[in-house]
Amino acid sequence: MTTERTETRASGPADPARRLDLYRLQVELRRFEKRAYDLFMRNLVKGTSHLSLGQEAIAAGVALAMRPDDWTFATYRGHAHTLARGAPMTPVLAELLGRENGLLGGKGGSMHLTSAEHNMMGSYAIVGAHLTLAAGAAWSAQYRESGQVAVCFFGDGATNIGAFHEALNLAAVWSLPVVFVCENNLYMEYTPIGSVTAVPRPAADRAAAYGLEPVVVDGNDADAVYDVASAALDRARRGDGPSLVEAVTYRHGGHSRADPGTYRPDEEVEAWLARDPVTAYRSRLLGEGVEEAELLAVESGVDAAVDRATEEAIEAPPPSAEAILTDVWADGGSSWRN
Amino acid sequence: MTQLALARALNAGMRRAMEADPKVLLMGEDIGRLGGVFRVTDGLQKDFGEDRVIDTPLAESGIVGTAIGLALRGYRPVCEIQFDGFVFPAFDQIVSQLAKMRLRSLGKVALPVVVRIPCGGGIGAVEHHSESPESYFAHTPGLRVVACANPSDGYWMLQQAIACDDPVIFFEPKRQYWDKGEVDTAPGLSEVEPMSAARVVREGTDLTLVTYGPMVKNALAAAVAAEEDGRSIEVIDLRSLSPLDTEALTDSVRRTGRLVVAHEAPVFGALSAEIAARITEACFYHLEAPVLRVGGFSAPYPPSRLEDHFLPDLDRILDAVDRALAY
Ligand SMILES: Cc1ncc(C[n+]2csc(CCOP(=O)(O)OP(=O)(O)O)c2C)c(N)n1
Ligand SMILES: [Mg+2]
Repeated sequence: MTTERTETRASGPADPARRLDLYRLQVELRRFEKRAYDLFMRNLVKGTSHLSLGQEAIAAGVALAMRPDDWTFATYRGHAHTLARGAPMTPVLAELLGRENGLLGGKGGSMHLTSAEHNMMGSYAIVGAHLTLAAGAAWSAQYRESGQVAVCFFGDGATNIGAFHEALNLAAVWSLPVVFVCENNLYMEYTPIGSVTAVPRPAADRAAAYGLEPVVVDGNDADAVYDVASAALDRARRGDGPSLVEAVTYRHGGHSRADPGTYRPDEEVEAWLARDPVTAYRSRLLGEGVEEAELLAVESGVDAAVDRATEEAIEAPPPSAEAILTDVWADGGSSWRN
Repeated sequence: MTQLALARALNAGMRRAMEADPKVLLMGEDIGRLGGVFRVTDGLQKDFGEDRVIDTPLAESGIVGTAIGLALRGYRPVCEIQFDGFVFPAFDQIVSQLAKMRLRSLGKVALPVVVRIPCGGGIGAVEHHSESPESYFAHTPGLRVVACANPSDGYWMLQQAIACDDPVIFFEPKRQYWDKGEVDTAPGLSEVEPMSAARVVREGTDLTLVTYGPMVKNALAAAVAAEEDGRSIEVIDLRSLSPLDTEALTDSVRRTGRLVVAHEAPVFGALSAEIAARITEACFYHLEAPVLRVGGFSAPYPPSRLEDHFLPDLDRILDAVDRALAY
């Protein structure tokens, strides 16, 4: 039933510097998330987190194709998207641990990472809500004729909530410069997406309803993601309207900290672990003649940065109790009602 | 009598309701195969089948909307909302349709839908996952709003809610899902106290402390602490937030002369304001002090490290008790 167009890797020789950047960014996201997992497991913070382990190629591939002034909108699974836009590791990690030096002063936590300075316009934990927000931001770019594009990431589960369909139609009917990226990791929390969705491709099979091309990309291949994202961003900048990209991937762990992910068949997990985007990319670079020493240098540089961020985050104090009451209204506080 | 955790008691209540009435259906995200993110529906799909315990798509408006349609034609759906903050995509269906069909049909159409909502904080989760949205619903005519505070009420009130011909918004204190308590499963449904009645959970003579849901535990602890200072606090568990059992409140306040109302929701425009207004009107000449309120701040619910400051604790309740008694 689907007339999908599967984008494959760039045909021409890719720019080696960009390839190395893509590798570095994926390693950063991987090792950061692993550290976050370890810290959560050491109970350094009460509460939950949603990791992008296994999905790094999407965050990296799209972010490096974006212009610095393009906007990102992400979900509660947003650490990778925040880092990929250039937010430094220390404040991001400190935010997960609820420290005063966190990206949001320790007031936001893992699910709400936002960094307007990096045009990372927020992580949203109400599934579907941010798709229309991204469309609105794109509309502002259209008014200003600024050439900026809004990129909105969401999961496969989000394609079944009304807001997804409202956003797609609004963006299409007004030809808004927005790129919707569905990270299809095959599960909506604990439920296989196929069991609750009318079509096999939760995003791509809906594209036709909004006059859009169905685009499916291997979400574990950073080069392929980069190419698809570049094409969609160009299209938006040209004024040709939105795109809906379905990037197929898999999360290595559970949905959130509390979830060991045991509802997934072992063979499925193994098959996807064997398609690890980071190790696959490393092999690709080596196969194409990149010196291993260069990759090792990248990896040890990232490790050092993750260690430094860990120290700086752990050493910092938690926010003060008064922080609860700040930034609620335009006057900076909330006292008029307390 | 059996000892059951709240989550198990709710589960047992749904099981009994499903056995009693084949028209009772459960629907929600991840409630079947997984048994729900809090495992409240654990095992029910296995025993009642996929037609009666339904794993839905991620679509709260669709869940409540289709539940309304099922109820229109004779079914009794029980919808699970994963966390309090995720009820809002369904809010329109709840206030615009669920609450109003009876009136629109001149009483001919009942909508016996239950919307179960885990509520309140204390589990280290951030906004959307720790909210107390009861006032929005209590404000809406046509809905019943109840909150259980212990396993026995979880077991019985949920069955009463399912049997009720009005739509019921059913709040469950999520941080107490694994707290155990005695449940007597022997009586018939019609023999137990109706869910619309408030309950005096501790008798006292100096001050009435009214609360509901997750805060009942704190209120009882506050009453115990106050007793050490020679103060006798009467604690009332409201149970039904709409309609309010005003009589139970006025009976108590006429005896004690003082009232403190506590809840986790921000106090601005909250249920405590409604109670304060009603009690002031009904018990004006019995009151020795103004009605005082303890609640959350008018600010979004904070992440885990700050939540202890946010949640009204023993000290904040006792401070209000002291102030009321100092008049
Ligand atoms: C409106 C709403 N309903 C329910 C939830 C609870 N919830 C959080 S994540 C999730 C599953 C989302 O799956 P998907 O969109 O595939 O994203 P993924 O977590 O796989 O990245 C659910 C049901 C929510 N956050 N928001
Ligand atoms: Mg998913």
